[in-house]
Amino acid sequence: MNRFFLLAPVFLFAVIGAFFAYGLTRDPSAMPSQLINRALPDFDMPAIEGFDEGLNSEELKGEVVLLNVFASWCISCHIEHPFLMRLAQNDVIKIYGLNWKERPGDGKAWLDRLGNPYVKIGDDQAGRVAIDLGVTGAPETFVIDREGRVRFRVAAPITEDYWNDVLAPMIEDLRR
Amino acid sequence: MRKLYLTLLSLLVVPAAFAVEPDEVLADPALEARAVKIDTQLRCVVCQSQSIAESNAPLAKDLRILVRERLTEGDSDAQVIAYMVERYGDYVLLKPPVQGNTYFLWAFPALALSVGAAGAFMFLRSTKKAPPAADPLSEDDEDAIAAILEERG
Repeated sequence: MNRFFLLAPVFLFAVIGAFFAYGLTRDPSAMPSQLINRALPDFDMPAIEGFDEGLNSEELKGEVVLLNVFASWCISCHIEHPFLMRLAQNDVIKIYGLNWKERPGDGKAWLDRLGNPYVKIGDDQAGRVAIDLGVTGAPETFVIDREGRVRFRVAAPITEDYWNDVLAPMIEDLRR
Repeated sequence: MRKLYLTLLSLLVVPAAFAVEPDEVLADPALEARAVKIDTQLRCVVCQSQSIAESNAPLAKDLRILVRERLTEGDSDAQVIAYMVERYGDYVLLKPPVQGNTYFLWAFPALALSVGAAGAFMFLRSTKKAPPAADPLSEDDEDAIAAILEERG
């Protein structure tokens, strides 16, 4: 009995330590998307200033596509942009854009300067569509399957490594 | 010293600073009061340790306006919160709901306390126990003690 009491704190420490060690491997600020394996919420966004066509959620059905939340004021979007351009130029996948909380005209100016990787862009000035999508920041990218269901959400800029390691195999799978 | 004490005391009672901007406030004070109460329960998804009532983030402002819109349209408080949870998950709630995956979280403090109390109880009882009674002294011993006591007077 005495030995048990002596060892109890050590044992307790080991258990709590194991929990903490596991906790360190997790990102406490990561918020899992509520949309995974659910249909993309319906939306019908107008065109951004300088463009003719907006974006309707129906248009995202039929093939595996990306929906990218971006804004000219978003610094990480600048970092991500060149890679999206490469995906678009090489016809790797169709990318649709949601221009989030942008001042009229700023979106077009940005795309004119850096290039436009998007098939179509919707204007979400009030940020309501973004809230329906559970967006927490830009850039954010949704992988949408043929049936129009959200299959994955990336809450960070897509890099080449991330594309090769995670997204490319997944999209290949979804296309099969 | 008294001044310092009062200053420190006043820091304790400073009400939470709300970020709600004048243009967001509803004309109906009862509805606004409900909105503020809901705001304080919802996590700002940008600056995650603040509620949307306290955060100046643009997204928090959007959510505050949305809360007021839903209330104006006749949603109950629970409906507004459910609306947010549907989009952002349980994570948007600053107070985790009691449900399957949080039973352990909620039960742990009580569990830890009772385990500690049980341990303390057992420990105290084991130390308090009277030492086992020694064998009674033999006649020789008694005589020896009597002799020593005599000697010392």
